[in-house]
Amino acid sequence: MKDDILWQLGFAFFFTAIISVGGISTMIPEIHRQIVETRGWMTNEQFATAFAISQVAPGPNILMMTMMGWRIAGWAGLTVATLATIIPTSIIALMAGRAEERIEHARWYAMTKRALPPLVVGLICASALITAQAAITDWLGVVLAAGVALFMATTRSNPLVPLSVAVVIGIVAARIGYF
Amino acid sequence: MAPLAPGQILLKTQKTSWNGFSPFGTVGRHDSRKTAVSKQETMPKPHVSHLELFTGFLMVGLFGFGGIAAAIYHVVVERKKWLSAQEYAAVLGLGQVLPGANLVNITAVIGDRFGGLWGAVLSLLGLTLAPVLILVALATLYDQFATNPDVIAGTKAAAAGAAGLIFGTGYKLGKTILDNRWSLVFATLSFVSIGLLRWPLLGTLAVLAPIAVAFSFWRGRHEG
Repeated sequence: MKDDILWQLGFAFFFTAIISVGGISTMIPEIHRQIVETRGWMTNEQFATAFAISQVAPGPNILMMTMMGWRIAGWAGLTVATLATIIPTSIIALMAGRAEERIEHARWYAMTKRALPPLVVGLICASALITAQAAITDWLGVVLAAGVALFMATTRSNPLVPLSVAVVIGIVAARIGYF
Repeated sequence: MAPLAPGQILLKTQKTSWNGFSPFGTVGRHDSRKTAVSKQETMPKPHVSHLELFTGFLMVGLFGFGGIAAAIYHVVVERKKWLSAQEYAAVLGLGQVLPGANLVNITAVIGDRFGGLWGAVLSLLGLTLAPVLILVALATLYDQFATNPDVIAGTKAAAAGAAGLIFGTGYKLGKTILDNRWSLVFATLSFVSIGLLRWPLLGTLAVLAPIAVAFSFWRGRHEG
């Protein structure tokens, strides 16, 4: 029974990683669909919390997937989720890297490079929406999300700066009983 | 970690015992390096040991607060000078069109370039091992205090802020990428399909990506 979950988990994470383009932000909608909407392994709230914790920790953003795996099935889940996300796509990258000289001069590469980014922008905005719907439950959340978004859009600061400010505001607001 | 004199490099690469671990050998890579050096004015490819790859990417993982994009550039280009800025941009560009996490892809490519298959494996381990342990420690700590009102309020705020982060990133990226009507149309289509209709990513990309590439071909021809 437990093995069965691990297989499903591994496949869900492998599948999400292998079909995503443009990085971790584009994986969020699909992994959310897989583990929250389709399989019900996590609630929306657990998803948002796990995502928030993974954003505060150092390291690649891909650790969001690690965190989800750990929450769903402990250490075994962590290992399966991380490997399924990283290994197959890394093998593809490694092979592409060895052919870089040839790929760089191919016409389809230039076209793909020009064609994909607009799709990725749309996917990132979809990610933002899905994450916001999972994480925001009151007006303070709306204000904090908008504040962080505005800060990120207008400065070149490290994301942890606005995130820390948001946490402090959230705690203070709760302490003074504002929400 | 000082770069070696140009003459030393070929010898060094051939003699390195660690390369014995690479099932693919170093022959092909010699050729590609020669063309890369003669093509542009970049510095010759430095010799990087497996241990240096591991510790270098360990540093990337540990310093990479709020994502590793800045940290990986700092370590690989500025501090260790493994790649020039142009070489890094080329690898980054490749990582962006491949499936998966861009920066993890780049780590694999850089690790492989300097240390073969094992170089890639050790680079990925260096990148992920410490952050995974820190993450689990952090989550365990969170669980201990999950009922504390301050922790609840702080986590809710962080979660809302994290959503804001993605909005900000999307906006910033969109401002530079969506420079014409058509790119705006494609961005809107992918947003509506995934964000509003919640359709699966596979179907969405299977339809939209070929259309976008074909369209890009068509436009390329018409613009001459």
